Amino acid sequence: MIEWLSMGGYAYYVWMSYGMLAIAIAIEVFALVARRRRALEQVEQYDEETGFTEEAT
Amino acid sequence: MAGSGFFRFSSPASFFPLAGRLVPVFGWLAVLLTVVGLYIGFLVAPTDFQQGESYRIIFIHVPAAWMAMFTYLVIAGWSAASLVWNTRLSAMMAQALVPTGAMFAFISLWSGAFWGRPTWGTYWVWDARLTSTLILLFLYIGLMALRSAIEDPRRADRACAVLALVGSVNVPIIYFSVQWWNTLHQGASVSLTAAPTMAATMLAGMLVMSVAAWAYTISAALHRVRSIILEREAHARWTREVAR
Repeated sequence: MIEWLSMGGYAYYVWMSYGMLAIAIAIEVFALVARRRRALEQVEQYDEETGFTEEAT
Repeated sequence: MAGSGFFRFSSPASFFPLAGRLVPVFGWLAVLLTVVGLYIGFLVAPTDFQQGESYRIIFIHVPAAWMAMFTYLVIAGWSAASLVWNTRLSAMMAQALVPTGAMFAFISLWSGAFWGRPTWGTYWVWDARLTSTLILLFLYIGLMALRSAIEDPRRADRACAVLALVGSVNVPIIYFSVQWWNTLHQGASVSLTAAPTMAATMLAGMLVMSVAAWAYTISAALHRVRSIILEREAHARWTREVAR
């Protein structure tokens, strides 16, 4: 296992590459979820401000 | 118009639920393919006789670089469609793809730097391939900056569409840079016209990871386009059904 992780002496380069990909994807997935939550809140907020209801339309 | 045929899913209201069903499908496909791709890449593919284990960066470097270029072309395609047919959803799709494309452009540069250091002795050179890929990243950042600078979304759509189309000239420059100029970056190892110059298992790992990148991009873009639709259609009645 340790030998595999050492990547024949290239561990730093290999894991810096793969590690950054993992971080980048984690950040993007987090941002996607946060954006969806904000968008749903925005819809609710629009209703409160305008008094928009299903019945009114 | 809302009936059947080609434009059936071109309205945000009918596309929204369809996208919602596809997000988990492509998301899990991406997870599955990544596991298979990494298994092939790390446990099946042999050690490179020249580069040792450092070559294993290829399994993310090449798929990320392909994805960054291809995504830009898809953005340009959606942009052209939005300019020609003035369809809102096309512009939203173009907008939804930008951050994911930017992420892959960044990863291709980053992983390339950490591959270049042990193989070329440097993290960065101003070579044609590297420089044009950096410009691709700047184009992605430019698209995001331009959009946030224009308040009216329809005007932002048009401005971003023009930038996306003008910038698309950079993609063939990246692709052919290794032929047109003397570059430190090597030429293509895989092409449609010649046999690949690498071991079959290495190629298999790279291709599986590429398909994983496609699935991930589709899933992320569809997820994001749903948020964009909600942001821009907050006044429309149908969004209540999904918001409540």
